[in-house]
Order: sequence, then C-alpha cells, then structure tokens
Amino acid sequence: MSFLPRPAQRPRASARWLAVLRTPVGFCASLGLLVVLAFAVIAPILWTGKASATDVPDLLQGPSAQHWAGTDNLGRDIVFRVLVATGLSVELALLATAITVVAGLILGTAGVLFGRRVARLMAAAVNIAVAFPGILLALFFAVIFGIGAKGALLAIGFAGAPAFARLAQTLVAGIESRDFVAAARIAGVGRLRLLVRHILPNVAEPLIVNAAIGAGGALLAFASLSFLGIGVQAPSYDWGQLLGAGLAGIYEQPVAALAPGIAVIVAGLAFNLFGEALAKGIGLTTTLGRIPLGRMRRQPAEPASEKDGDVPVLDAADVVVTLPGPGRPIRPVRGVSLRIERGEAVGVVGESGSGKSLTALAVTRLIEEPGQVTASRLRFLGNDLLAGPARLHRRLLGTKLAMVFQDPMTSLNPTRRIGRQLAEVARRHEGLSRADALAKAVDRLRAVRVPAAARRARQYPHEFSGGMRQRAMIGMGLMSTPALIVADEPTTALDVTVQRQVLDLLETIRRADSVALLLISHDVAVVGQVCDRVLVMYAGRIVEDLPAAELATAARHPYTRALAAAVPDMRTDLDAPLAVIPGRAPDPAAFPPGCAFAPRCPLATEQCRIDEPPLETDARGRRVACWHADSPTDGSTEMTTAGRGHE
Amino acid sequence: MSELRFEDVSVRYGTRRHGLTAVEDVSLSVGDGEIVGLVGESGSGKSTLARAAVGLAPVTAGRILLDGRPVPVRGRRRPVQLVFQDPYSSLDPRMTISTSVGETIPRRDPVTGAVLDRRTEVARLLELVELDPDLARAFPGQLSGGQRQRVALARALAARPEVVIADEITSALDVSIQGTVLNLLRTLLRELGTSMLFISHNLAVVRYVASSIAVMYLGRIVEHGPAAEVLAHPQHPYARDLLAAVPEAGRTPERPGDPALRAVADAEPADPHHPPAGCRYHPRCPIGPLVRADTDICRTRTPDTDHRHHAACHFAEPLGGTTERRSSL
Repeated sequence: MSFLPRPAQRPRASARWLAVLRTPVGFCASLGLLVVLAFAVIAPILWTGKASATDVPDLLQGPSAQHWAGTDNLGRDIVFRVLVATGLSVELALLATAITVVAGLILGTAGVLFGRRVARLMAAAVNIAVAFPGILLALFFAVIFGIGAKGALLAIGFAGAPAFARLAQTLVAGIESRDFVAAARIAGVGRLRLLVRHILPNVAEPLIVNAAIGAGGALLAFASLSFLGIGVQAPSYDWGQLLGAGLAGIYEQPVAALAPGIAVIVAGLAFNLFGEALAKGIGLTTTLGRIPLGRMRRQPAEPASEKDGDVPVLDAADVVVTLPGPGRPIRPVRGVSLRIERGEAVGVVGESGSGKSLTALAVTRLIEEPGQVTASRLRFLGNDLLAGPARLHRRLLGTKLAMVFQDPMTSLNPTRRIGRQLAEVARRHEGLSRADALAKAVDRLRAVRVPAAARRARQYPHEFSGGMRQRAMIGMGLMSTPALIVADEPTTALDVTVQRQVLDLLETIRRADSVALLLISHDVAVVGQVCDRVLVMYAGRIVEDLPAAELATAARHPYTRALAAAVPDMRTDLDAPLAVIPGRAPDPAAFPPGCAFAPRCPLATEQCRIDEPPLETDARGRRVACWHADSPTDGSTEMTTAGRGHE
Repeated sequence: MSELRFEDVSVRYGTRRHGLTAVEDVSLSVGDGEIVGLVGESGSGKSTLARAAVGLAPVTAGRILLDGRPVPVRGRRRPVQLVFQDPYSSLDPRMTISTSVGETIPRRDPVTGAVLDRRTEVARLLELVELDPDLARAFPGQLSGGQRQRVALARALAARPEVVIADEITSALDVSIQGTVLNLLRTLLRELGTSMLFISHNLAVVRYVASSIAVMYLGRIVEHGPAAEVLAHPQHPYARDLLAAVPEAGRTPERPGDPALRAVADAEPADPHHPPAGCRYHPRCPIGPLVRADTDICRTRTPDTDHRHHAACHFAEPLGGTTERRSSL
C-alpha cells in the first residue's frame, strides 16, 4: 500500500551529515571522538619524554599530587603513559579498520568486477569466514603473523573483513538489481566505472557508519590482544598493554589498571556512539510504531440525516486525514463527504497523491498512528463509528466490511495455508468449530471460482497466482456477509484477462447479495465499466460526483473531462495527439490556495486562484466543485472569464 | 537500414531440471522505422525478450541480429537501447541528470566521426525530449515521474541507437502524464526514424503507438501482424480474449451461459515453470479441447504459424487472407 505521499525530496548528503551533529548523542559522540583524536595526535608529541622518564625513588606509588594516577614499576607516570598510549592505540585501531574496509570491499565487490562466477565464489568464501567468531580469527591470525603489534594489526584487520564483506555484498546486490545499473550496462559503461560511479556512492553511507562502529570494536580488540600479551610488546605500549601491566598490582594500586581501562571505555564509546549517531542521522535504523486503529475525532457535530428509512451502508461527512510531514503536518484528505447506498458500486478515481486510498482507509478506520482522522459524521450501517467502544466497531467492521488491496501477498500470511486463513475469520467472528470453519472456507473459495477449491485450500499463498490470490482475498471477505467491499486498486497488478475475471467476480457477488462496492482505481475505464457512480478526487477533495455513464460524455468539472480524455481507449483517434493535462499533480505537503486544479486548468480565473469552490449538489444529485462547471474546455480561456459566480 | 531481428530466440534460466524457459523459439522482426507493439500478460516473456536484446538476459538458442549482424552487447557502442518501466529506479539518485545522460553519449558521432561535446549533446537531448536544459544540473529526486521518464528516454537516445526498446514505459506513470510521454514518443520516432519495440500490457496504448502488433503468450509469439489488422481480425483465441478483456466504460461483459466456456473463462493463467503441452493456451481456450470435443490436437501438437498473422493456432485462417502482408519473418 503506497498511500503515503512520496517524500518530497531527500535532503542533500552534506545536510544530513550536519544534522547528525545537531542531535545530543551525535554532538557528544563527535566531541568525544574529536578529543580522542586530538590526544592521539598531540599527546605523543608533547609528553613522550615525560611518559618515559623514570622516577626511581617513586616506584609503584599510589596517586599523589605529582603523579595523579601513581607510577609503574619503573616509576613512570601512569597518566602521561595513558595519554601518550592514545596515539598508538588509536592509530592501530584505525589501521586495522582500514585493512578491514579494504579487504571487505575487495571481497564484497569482486563480483561486480569479475562477473557472476567470481561473485558466487566470494559469497561462499565470506559465508564460511563469517561463521568463525572474530576473536578466534584474530587469535588464529596472531599465531600466523607472529606475536607483536604487526601481527595483531593484520589479525584484527582481517578478522573484521568477512562481516564487512558480507554487508558490502548485500548492499551491492541490492543496488545491482536496480534498473539504473542495468541502464549503465546497456550504455556500455565499464565494470570499474560502474562500481566507482554507480554502486559505491549508493552503498557508501551504511558502509561508513559500519566502519566507524568497527573502529570502536577494533580498539577494544587491540586492548584485549595487548592485555593477553599477544598484541603490542614492550617497550611500545598501548592501553591494553598498560592495562595488563597495571593488573598485576590491581589490589595494591587499582588506579594503574583503571586509568587505561577508562581510556579504552571512553575512546570505544566515542567511536561506537559516533557510528550509531551517524546511522540514526542518515536513517538506517528507523523504527515504525504501528497501532492498528487510528485516533478518530469528532468535529463540531452535525445532525445525521436519519429521516429516510433506508440506512446507507456508509455515510461520512467532512473526513479529514492528517499525517505528520517533514516540518509540519500535511492534510492529504481535506473534507471528503460520501454516502454509499446498499448494493451500490461507487468508484473513486484520481491521480497518485489525490488522497483516494487514504479516504477509503479513513472511512473504514484503518488509518494508523501517527495519522489522524477527523469527521463530522461517520456512520457504517447506521452505527456511529465516532462514538462507542472501539471493540464493537472492530467487530462490526470485521464482519460487515471486506477489504481487497492491490497486492494480496501483503494481506495474506505467507506461512499459513489459504484455507486456514479464511477459516480463522469464521472461527473468530462466528465461533464456528475448526472443521465447520474449514468447510465454509472451501465453500467460499468455490464461490469466488477458485478451481479445485478443496485442494487449493491446503496450499500456501505463494502457490497461488496473482489473480487467484485476489480471489482468495475476496473469498476471505465473503466468510461473513459483508455489506461493503472496499477494493483499493484490486486489479492494477493483474493482466487484463485476469483483471476481467476479478471484476466479473466482484460484479457477480454484488448483484447476488446486494453488497455495496467502493472501488478505488486510477483506471477511468475500469471504474466506468464496473461502477454506478464515480467520485473524482483531486488534491484531497472530491471535485466531482457523477453517474459512471456520464464520465466520458457529460462530466462538468474540467479535471474530470481532462482525465477522461487523457486515457487512450480502443477508439482513440490515431492521427491526433493524445489529450494531456499540463503541469503536475500538486504535492500534498503544499496544496495551492483556491481551487487546487487552477494552475493546470484552461478555465482558471482570478477567482479560482483565491477562492476554493464548494462542492455543490445539482437537481439530479450530481456534485461538482468548480466555479466554471459546464463551461466548454475546448475553446480559449478568455471566453470563460465571465465566470458563473456562487451558484 | 536498421532492422532488429529475433531468429528462433530462446532464453532459459536455471538448470536443466529446475529451469524456466522464459522465451521459446521467438522469431520477430522490427523493421526500419517501424514501431512494433508487443503485448501479453506478465510472465509471458515480453521483458525477457527485451532484456535479451541488450545483453541483460542470456540467449540460450537462436540469434538476435541488427541488419544481419549480431547485436553488440559489449563495448562502448550499443545501437540497441532499452528504456525501463520504473523511472524511480532507472536513474542513479546520486548522479545529476547531465552525468546520467552524458554517460551514454559516444565519444564520436557514429555517422560523421566528429568528436561530440558532452555538454552541448546533453542540452540538445534534453530539448529533444522537451525538457528545460537547465534541469541538467538537477538530481532525479527533484524531478516528477514524467520528467524522469523523459530523462530516461533522452539517455537511451544519447547512444544514437538504431533501435529503442520501450519496456512498459508508461505503466508507472499517472494517466495525465502518460499522454505527454506517448505524444513525445510518437513525434520523436517520426522525426528520428528510429525503430522501436514497444512493450506494454495495455492494448489501447499499443494500438495508439504501434504500426504492427505481436502477441506473446507463455514465452511464444502467438500472433503478429499489422496493428489495424490484428485488432480488427484477431486470429489467435488468446488475442481475441485479450481484446475482449479491455475495459470499456459502459460495457458490461456478458458471462457465458455454457458451463465449459465459463470454466475456461475463469481458468488460471498457466504456470511458466510447467507450461502445458501442445498449444500453451489450450487450458484457457474457448475453442480448445475443454470446450469442443474435436480439438484434441491442441493438447498434443504445437501449432505452426503458417496462418494469417502468423497465428500459432491450429484453427486460425490459412495464409493468403484478404490483406496478408509478409512484412516479417
């Protein structure tokens, strides 16, 4: 379901990196990292002499004014030694990370350069290497490369490579499957250039974040190896080595071990938090909270028209949907009123971003937090959905409303058999026994013309074709006796012959049980064929409500007319250019003032750009929101400036 | 002149036992300056055929020829270009429009041999697709879907192609945008004389754009002929069913009364992994063995194409129909 408007535009990369700095964690981590790096550069230059100056009378002293953290077994000042050790510790950690990144990238991207066979080989190699714990690999490498800083460096560097390579492979595979890479290949772009220009820039951000976190890990790994005595060897020293030396006298002089320990923690945290802050800043770890039923608020109430005895299936007035947007909330649906009678088929057409899907979700209470829905009236089969316990509403909608979405694969549970999924509805809502519910499921599958229904009920969703899945979804809706079927682009993903099967099925069900249908589609022809009445939506409002038969011939709103004319059909004049609607559909984040269609409308006048036309009902019950309804659109714009006023 | 020819092309994925023949023995030709519309349902192999022509899918049998020579799928010069369906995926989000289009521009003009200046070429191409040349500095994220699809078209034209393959290029666009792209396409092809293979599942769109129409079903081409001919007198039952399924406002299709006809009308599209034997359409065919008793041949024998519109149906009209034109094969 893509009912959320497309994000206007991702901020540029530099802006996003800067935004990282503005978060508290990002700021602290960056500051910490900066301090650590500064010490790494400055400390060895300034204090190497002091750190190696022996003070024979003060061997193994505790903290004092002269030596804040005491001295070691040669009488050297521990604070200075810890500070100077920053240089080697950070340098080794960064070098190891560099080795990890380079080795990981080579392993991870070799497939792009050398073809599919090499890619498969690399993936297999990485899969095996990933299975070994990093520290085990490091110890293994340390034995091979010999004990000492160089061995530890290579060990830690290469030990991190498999995980990094795996990440790189996954990311590269994701980008490689995109069409723009195929397009570059067709353009004759060489493999190296393909990698450098197209693939790496698109995978760089997560890799950089991972490397930053990896640097923290490398720092800790070095401390561990040096502490174990297989890392940095005296007379060189890093934090791990100092920690190891200090640990010997932990009971007499704990500060000697604590000081390098604290340094390791601070630096490790700085690297890790910096990486996490980057990840959050560029949107790698997004969490989506989902609450099934959105909040529903009643606007200043309006008395419901309950006089006529025939209760409509759905009666909604002034439905407004508000979604959080970048900066300020956006309102993709702005006051939609609609009424569906029993057995009626109502179509909703409009371009993407017109709010047609959101309207359907709002009136059936399927808008999720943080989305908000307000309405002055929302009645389903006479029941006020704005008042009363949500549990009752859910039960009512659960049994009397059937939803069919564009992609049934997302609405069906892929791990459960189709029959069971259908049966569950009857078990929950009607309390049927397992066997009865299953029998009913098979019966309903037969009703939606699934061949060999009993056998297919035992199959999983992936064993169904697209059209069959859509039938199963409709069958699920028929497990109870729905009064309304809401179908959101039910046939968009299907081929025409299958589309016809599904539409045909919906039509049969509707006629048989006088079930109402709300059909949302971008396809004017489909809606015109299936529906009795059509609502045309533009920029979050209904701009016209007319009988489907008049869609192509007697539409009053210039947008409806343009929309109907823009769709080629089997009678379109082949010699004339297709009718087009100039400009583009407005962004829900910034609907223009006045009539939202005015910027694209050949009839637009000054009035249209200032005042929003109300949705007026005519004598025959048709509704239209246009200051110049019925004015011919073929002629020039001047002839319409007279306007028709607020009739 | 440039003619793209598929000669008995097969594309097979996977192993011998667990494989999928996406395209089987397809012969089709796109003549010079001709626009061939290729229709069929998803999974029928339309896109695979397109991808095979530009080297993105492996040709396991047969040949794809451009003017009698194999289509080059390596190196800088690529005379066959492909425009993709989804303009949100086909442009590198990190590249400016200018770089994306410029990447495809050959170093030298393939005809005159003159060295091409990228910047003027990009400006010329953007104007060709009716975009503001100032957009060259923009990133795809700043463009609408219709604008992106024009950029994708400009990028394909930048290679100075002899044949352009358009794979469902308007199906990701809103109807109001679709018209502008189709209009542009028609004008451009008329001006440049480029041949095109236009793939779409929308018959109304294909009818508007194409001069001849090929119908594909489960990896095979079942009918191919001049557009008006195929639309007016479809020979293959699948082509007839396709035409009948096109939705039209105000026309409610009748459900057949005969239960056998109803059964085939509700039949599920065949699984491409296990295509039916004989004529692949026979389980859904309204004149096939499930409806008529005398058509058992459909279950066993693959129909040949010696019929009007090269229809691969045992019961199609024989060759030499009223306006048969042997333009291809």
